[in-house]
Amino acid sequence: MATTTPSYIAETLKRRTSRGFLARLRGGDEISYLITLICTVSILLIVGLIVFELWSNSHQTFKTFGFSFLKSSAWDPNADKYGALPFIYGTCVTAFLGMIIAVPLGVAAAIFLAEMAPPKLSNFLTFLIELLAAVPSVIYGLIGIFILVPFLKTYVVPPLQHAFGFLPIFAGSFYGLSLFSAGIVLSVMVAPFIISVSREVLMAVPVEQREAALALGATKWETTWDIVLPNASTGIFGSIFLALARALGETMAVTMVVGNAPKISASLLSPGYSIAAVIANEFAEASGDLYISSLIFMALVLFGLTIVINAVARIFIMTTQQRGA
Amino acid sequence: MMMEISATRRFVNGFMLTLSGLCTVLVVSVLFFILGYLLIHGAASLNWDFFTKLPKPSGETGGGMANAIVGSGKVLFLASLIGVPIGFLTGVFLAEYSGKTFAFLIRYVVDLLNGVPSIVIGIVAYALVVKPMRHYSALAGGVALGIMMIPIAVRTTEEFLRAVPNSLREGAMALGATKATTIFTVVIPAAISGLASGMMLNLARVAGETAPLIFTALGNQFWSAGWMAPIATLPVMIYNYAISPEEDLHQQAWAAGFVLLSLVLIINVTARLIISRGPAAQRR
Repeated sequence: MATTTPSYIAETLKRRTSRGFLARLRGGDEISYLITLICTVSILLIVGLIVFELWSNSHQTFKTFGFSFLKSSAWDPNADKYGALPFIYGTCVTAFLGMIIAVPLGVAAAIFLAEMAPPKLSNFLTFLIELLAAVPSVIYGLIGIFILVPFLKTYVVPPLQHAFGFLPIFAGSFYGLSLFSAGIVLSVMVAPFIISVSREVLMAVPVEQREAALALGATKWETTWDIVLPNASTGIFGSIFLALARALGETMAVTMVVGNAPKISASLLSPGYSIAAVIANEFAEASGDLYISSLIFMALVLFGLTIVINAVARIFIMTTQQRGA
Repeated sequence: MMMEISATRRFVNGFMLTLSGLCTVLVVSVLFFILGYLLIHGAASLNWDFFTKLPKPSGETGGGMANAIVGSGKVLFLASLIGVPIGFLTGVFLAEYSGKTFAFLIRYVVDLLNGVPSIVIGIVAYALVVKPMRHYSALAGGVALGIMMIPIAVRTTEEFLRAVPNSLREGAMALGATKATTIFTVVIPAAISGLASGMMLNLARVAGETAPLIFTALGNQFWSAGWMAPIATLPVMIYNYAISPEEDLHQQAWAAGFVLLSLVLIINVTARLIISRGPAAQRR
């Protein structure tokens, strides 16, 4: 290197590098690099801080109950006994119920927007769906409490019980606030996420694939179902996982319609509770270290769950988009 | 020569296409249901008192949410002070300075942070601010929302800076500008309308957040006594009023919901229009 560098360049380089650290910072280049780097690293620190704070504020519960905390359904702040099972149960049931409705709806809508609709209509409808995703969750809760729950009570649940009342999931009486209502609200809330990500993934499938299938005589639907969907399936699963993580962590809308009763019952029509809802409801009033620590431990469980699901979802989405690009 | 397509295949084709269209209509119609109900219930109970008066004590009717409107503004201001600079400068780093692998790692972590449930962020803000200070405060609410603003701020900044053509950077550098001068006087101004809209969207997103504020900003029936005191915010007010048994408070919750949703949607529509007409969208 040194032998091929003309002497005047070597001279300049030497002068450059011999400037003091402060002199270099004053140049503006290094200082802006340094400031932006510090901000970037601070994000890593914030994530680390989240994990640390959650753990350090909840290890008391772990020390007291161990893993049996997750398997116990005792929730009695007066007796200082805590178990997370009813909340884990409620979180999973409402989220899965929401997904059962949102996934077919969302994927079908994404297919329509990506494959069928003319571009202008598709863009406009996607715009509306993105607005739907921007509606604050407390508004969904408001609609849920005052509009959806009375509607379900009068028009949906009676015929449902009439037809399927023999099934344990539809047994018992319905008072409105229930796991069922929460699941319905969640399905509406997460569908926009499934739609907008799935649509992008579908649009990343090369157009030649469609043309080839159509040229071989396949109908539009056969092309979509047999050619485009398999190509995009990883990304669509990614969008579903993303939505699942949202549904598990959703707080306000669930808190307002789930009924807030810490019990496990097979019937979807009975009130339940979710991890996020119990934290929202009881954290501000919680007294006693073990009580607070138990709530934070549940937040840690929720955090871990959503991080893992998100991590998988992101990888799924990235692989499909890279393949398409 | 046309090949005959069997009746079944044609039927399945038409049926499934219609079905997917109906699903789309169903999802989109939810937006209009929400808008309609808020318009009916919210606009009806909206009056001038709502914007100018304090909440009345429990049992009395009337009163407004002036303190919550100002409170939301204050908490959002604090959140922007925390979230926007960190997110923006990280976005600059990712788009302009970072190597590929490190940028990928940071982007991944930022996406994961974006997926953390808001209630968990609330707990963290509680542990960081409320617990050491021993009381609820506007500051704690601002910290919670500020952390929530970071991921979107990073991603929008990076995206809009990357959309600025390299020829601009090369031109500036060829004129002898340093890299920092290039970034801050050429690249960022070229992307400024997109960046500003992105930050507005980000603000609109956290403006409706309720869960992280319940046990950080808490709420307040009166004017807040400063940044270190509990403060009322619009979303928490909606939540508290909606679950209360009083009919008059329900009307107020609808009115507040209407105000909040209008604000969020107006910002969304404006920002998205600016972005879609901007230079970044045309190059895409």
